[in-house]
Amino acid sequence: MKVKLRNPDREVQLRGGRPVGSVLDELGISVDTVLVIRAGELITREMPVRDEDELEIRPVISGGAP
Amino acid sequence: MRCRRCHGDAVIEIRRHHAAFCTEHFFVMFRTQVEKAIRRHQMMAPDDRILLAVSGGKDSLALWDVLLDLDYDVTGLYLGLGIENYSDRSHEVARAFAEERRARLLTVDLPRDYGYDIPTAGRRGSRSTCAVCGLSKRYVFNRAALEGGFDVVATGHNLDDEAATLLGNTLRWQTDAIARQSPTLPAGDGMVKKVKPLHRVSELETAAFAFLRGIDYVVEECPLVAGNTQLRYKEAMNTIEQTSPGTKAQFFLGYLERGMPLFRSEDRAALQACESCGQPTTGRFCAFCRARAQILGERLSADPEPSDRATAEELSDEVLPAEIYDRAVR
Repeated sequence: MKVKLRNPDREVQLRGGRPVGSVLDELGISVDTVLVIRAGELITREMPVRDEDELEIRPVISGGAP
Repeated sequence: MRCRRCHGDAVIEIRRHHAAFCTEHFFVMFRTQVEKAIRRHQMMAPDDRILLAVSGGKDSLALWDVLLDLDYDVTGLYLGLGIENYSDRSHEVARAFAEERRARLLTVDLPRDYGYDIPTAGRRGSRSTCAVCGLSKRYVFNRAALEGGFDVVATGHNLDDEAATLLGNTLRWQTDAIARQSPTLPAGDGMVKKVKPLHRVSELETAAFAFLRGIDYVVEECPLVAGNTQLRYKEAMNTIEQTSPGTKAQFFLGYLERGMPLFRSEDRAALQACESCGQPTTGRFCAFCRARAQILGERLSADPEPSDRATAEELSDEVLPAEIYDRAVR
């Protein structure tokens, strides 16, 4: 499964056949800090992902001068 | 995971609410939270002219979208910071949104209108990059609102922003800043009313709202923000939130309900017009004009020594990560 991570942009290959939450756990990412996007749609943490899926994991945190 | 309202497929889970929502009901929940914030804190009246600070990020565009749908008279103001590529992309996104929604967008450009950009300011001035950026934004938004006859300046600060700021102020026991961390700061003495209608929704929610509404926003982080204090506080809050969902909301919304009355704002010195630009200040020259003069290598007068109070304000602006300068001289 191809996983595109943002800020900084990079790609990693991970195993499918498990819920999104397990993928995030492997990456050390808290579920509340990212949007997980598959085929242009948001998916929640219990949704299963497959080896042939492509995911985008998009951080929601922004900082800097308010 | 099922939508709390209709039991259809959920697209987002809000763990602090122990709930998930489909797209339609998430929009309802999000807009309801914004309306509740506006109503509870008397942020704006139906006939107010609102100037919205637009960065091109998820928060300001999501707020613009909601305010337009609620039929408020809202005009966007984009401030060009002169950060190569990043500012170009941000401006493009703000313009595209305005065009698509047929909304009004004003633009102020720091290099064109004030003669400096933020990367240069960070190198030449005595302030950190984020501090001089924040000072520039607060100054320009207030001035543009006054000169344009706007009643209110709205910003896209969300629950995570406010919780992180409160954490920072609390860690340093900046009691005066804590007392003033209100989602609505009233107008007065040359300061336009400031409001934060997104303070009840998290960063995850504003990002999801923007995405689901099909809003093209700048996902990339500002290239100058690395190591920013505000980001470190957010990370700390998120670590707690991961195992205790709802902590951020309890911390900030609980502060508004029960904490704020316990803190008293210090009496502020009287304001006068800056001798250079006319904006409110306690000294002869405002912090913005002094910072700009330093960046450009100019002298404001033969007697440029700031007062003790002005120096203290500048130092506060350096270490306080939030919007404190808005009212720092009141």
